[in-house]
Amino acid sequence: MAKVRGYVVVNIERCKGCDLCVVACPTDVLELQPREVNDRGYHYAYMKNPEDCIGCTNCALVCPDACLTVYRKKVG
Amino acid sequence: MDTNNIVSPENLVYAKPELMNDTHMHYCPGCSHGVVHKLIGEVIGELGLQETTIGIAPVGCAVFAYKYLDIDWQEAAHGRAPAVATAVKRLNPDKLVFTYQGDGDLAAIGTGETIHAANRGENIAIIFINNGIYGMTGGQMAPTTLDHMKTATCPEGRDINLMGPPLKILDLLALLDGVCLATRQSVHSAAAVKKTKRMIKLAFENSLANKGLSIVEVVSTCNVGWKMTPANANEWMVENMFPVYPMGDLKNI
Repeated sequence: MAKVRGYVVVNIERCKGCDLCVVACPTDVLELQPREVNDRGYHYAYMKNPEDCIGCTNCALVCPDACLTVYRKKVG
Repeated sequence: MDTNNIVSPENLVYAKPELMNDTHMHYCPGCSHGVVHKLIGEVIGELGLQETTIGIAPVGCAVFAYKYLDIDWQEAAHGRAPAVATAVKRLNPDKLVFTYQGDGDLAAIGTGETIHAANRGENIAIIFINNGIYGMTGGQMAPTTLDHMKTATCPEGRDINLMGPPLKILDLLALLDGVCLATRQSVHSAAAVKKTKRMIKLAFENSLANKGLSIVEVVSTCNVGWKMTPANANEWMVENMFPVYPMGDLKNI
């Protein structure tokens, strides 16, 4: 069976750290930065487990600030 | 596998809609407005109507909607968006005209304009964001506030014996002959977002086909007004808002 790999690019300065993408992710890929903040002081989202991403776009669909760009590729 | 192999244009599956510009949105973190703005941008982009769309911005949290989507906009006085849209659409019958209104704008001060525009069957689309509270002014009670729901002006919770029950304006509008689409959706999950996008597209197509007035109610969260985290607000909405404002089409002809 072909495996699907995805990758989420976060627009760090647009992110407001609302956590909705983290909740929406079915494979527990995303997390909010525990310490780092962007210029506006928000704990932005980042890929904690990038190897688990399947590129389902759930995170990007529910993101209110359109700061996520999703890529998906079939491998193997 | 190297991430550089995945991050390339041919593998792109989701990006910010082209119509949405880079202006930083003023909405609170987790606000549903951003998602709906995104959907409107996507739908207009897919229909190829950037040059022929006129949006009517409301008063309320979405008062700056014109700053974020690169289409033509007109700002209306509080609650008067359907009246302005009526004039714009009658003068430009070949244009797509839609209003974007919150519950304070559409269901409180603008009830008269909304009902009469719907009754006349104006060929406009209305995107109605219902979060049961006045967000911009600091979380006061709205006509759509739920029974026992606490707000700044009903700190003990809304008492329906004193203040009346929540106003289900979509049910009211669905009864009018001029309305061709009255549907209630939400944007709390990926599946709901996709469905809402389909209904917004249908509403815009109805407006272009001059079928009558289409209204898409989006039951939304106001996590700051409700004093919850965005994720908790979504759960609270599913638990408490959906029984009062059930999802689905009330009218689709």
